[in-house]
Amino acid sequence: MLIRDTVTLTFGALQSARMRTSLMLLAMAIGVASVVVLTSLGEGARRYITGEFASLGTNLLIVLPGRSETSGGSAAMLMSDTTRDLTLDDARALLRSSHIKRLAPVNVGASQLSWRERARDVPVFGSSHDLLEIRHWTMDEGKFLPPLDFDQASPVCVIGAKLRSELFGNNSAIGEWVRLGDRRFRVIGVLATEGRTVGIDVEEVIVIPVASAQSLFNEASLFRIIIEAKDRDAIKRVSEFVKRTIRDRHQGEDDITLVTQDAVLATFDKIFKSLTMTVAGIAAISLAVAGILIMNVMLVSVSQRTAEIGVLKALGASQQQIVSLFLCEAAMLSLAGALIGLLMGQGASWLIGYFFPAITMGAPLWAIFAAVGIALITGLLFGAVPARNAARLDPVLALARR
Amino acid sequence: MIRLDSIHRIFEVGDQQVHALNDVTLTIDDGEYLSIMGPSGSGKSTLLNLIGLLDQPNAGEYTLNQQKVTALSDDQQAEVRRDQIGFVFQSFHLVPRLTALENIELPMVLAGILPAERRRRVAKILNAVGLEGRSHHKPEQLSGGQRQRVAIARATIMQPSVLLADEPTGNLDSTSGADVIEVLEGLNQQGITLIVVTHDAALGARAAREIKMVDGRIVNDINNRQH
Repeated sequence: MLIRDTVTLTFGALQSARMRTSLMLLAMAIGVASVVVLTSLGEGARRYITGEFASLGTNLLIVLPGRSETSGGSAAMLMSDTTRDLTLDDARALLRSSHIKRLAPVNVGASQLSWRERARDVPVFGSSHDLLEIRHWTMDEGKFLPPLDFDQASPVCVIGAKLRSELFGNNSAIGEWVRLGDRRFRVIGVLATEGRTVGIDVEEVIVIPVASAQSLFNEASLFRIIIEAKDRDAIKRVSEFVKRTIRDRHQGEDDITLVTQDAVLATFDKIFKSLTMTVAGIAAISLAVAGILIMNVMLVSVSQRTAEIGVLKALGASQQQIVSLFLCEAAMLSLAGALIGLLMGQGASWLIGYFFPAITMGAPLWAIFAAVGIALITGLLFGAVPARNAARLDPVLALARR
Repeated sequence: MIRLDSIHRIFEVGDQQVHALNDVTLTIDDGEYLSIMGPSGSGKSTLLNLIGLLDQPNAGEYTLNQQKVTALSDDQQAEVRRDQIGFVFQSFHLVPRLTALENIELPMVLAGILPAERRRRVAKILNAVGLEGRSHHKPEQLSGGQRQRVAIARATIMQPSVLLADEPTGNLDSTSGADVIEVLEGLNQQGITLIVVTHDAALGARAAREIKMVDGRIVNDINNRQH
């Protein structure tokens, strides 16, 4: 029997039972579409998170005061658990490493910012000139903080774009004096809006020199120190250097936490990949359900077509040929269903992407191949039983059925 | 040549055994025209199915064209059925979704014959059974007589040596029944072995050789031509 004839015969059989065919296609399509949509969502979330972290900057290390490890419950441990502040001197000491490209001490607080009669409560960043480069921020207008010594205060500030429009409206902000808490600062720059950063909305911040922030909040300790290593390979050496230096300066206590961006990224990547796999697995169950439906409907189809199978046998069809006719039917149904499902899935992904543009939807290639593959395999697997039943029909009895 | 040797066929119906064929021995030469008559349940259809390899005997030996077909595997028997035996049924058994042409093509499709050759053979046979211009009709668009002629065309497209007809006129009015018999007898005159199972005494009497069956046994084997 020619393959072309097998396909033509099968196609004719499918076409003559429209309702049955379209139901099976729908079941398969929904299964495949759900795999595509759910993996798209998982993958989109993963990309979103890793994108957010990447936009923090590259080859970053963040030094936080205090240890994040949970210490044991004993009193002795608690006693030794005193945390020393991170200071500007610590930051300056770290500058000595040749593996460090830049670093910026960061102090945060909140205060009231006002210009003329308008006022707003804003998050305040105290930092230094290098923060712009480290964080991959860009300027809309004006300049970022000037390169000053860490402990040198200066009454200048840089504000986010949203702050600028809310406070100044259509007026120019550059050169204007604003009041922050009980101090006055001159606006020297406006940050561009494109910077999307986890935790901080660049549009709404005000950045002032770190020394000015310390005196504004009357707070000598730093919130954190952000370090940019020379390159990827240097991260490890920098991290050792930081630990050693801070330990020396803090009377032998390891009382800081070092977060490397890579580690955070890798963790999130892992979490979201396993999340995607899990969701895909759940979606695959619907494929299995579709397979069972295919089996059911094909069993019905075999009994409805008993007479036809009897005729084929009387005309000299071998068991093998009958099996291949029915398997071909299952395969065509699964493949066509899978293709429809892919289209439906892509359509749904596009819609989700359209309404939630923050999430870049896109099913990973492996998921598409896996969905189609599983659809085909379940189709063939669940088509095998009906096909075998058909092939084993007794032709005399089959022909007697009308 | 068909040779049946001490054929037994027993069906289990509930806890009863029905001896559908009881020690049947029969030889049919190539090109014979034979009718099998008998009351319902006499085993005539079972005999036809056995000759057509749709059924297997419980005991005995069946030789078709010097080949011991009872010893063949399922798929080998399917091949013999395809190449050497043609079936015509009372209820036509055409595939309703296929056109006349596609129905006639089926055995050739199963045999893997290429489309060009198939078209050539179908055109020829449509002519022979008088169905030119009907080739693209579905069975439901054809009259009973036309359907049976399509079935005959399908049964003979592989040029079998044996044509088996089970009540071929049973579902037809007398005019189209006569047409169908004419086609079948024409094929027999061209050399095909024709075996017809029927209730109809007039039809049975047309055959050169008439076999009567009762309770699974051949009770009468008349050669009409010698009278």
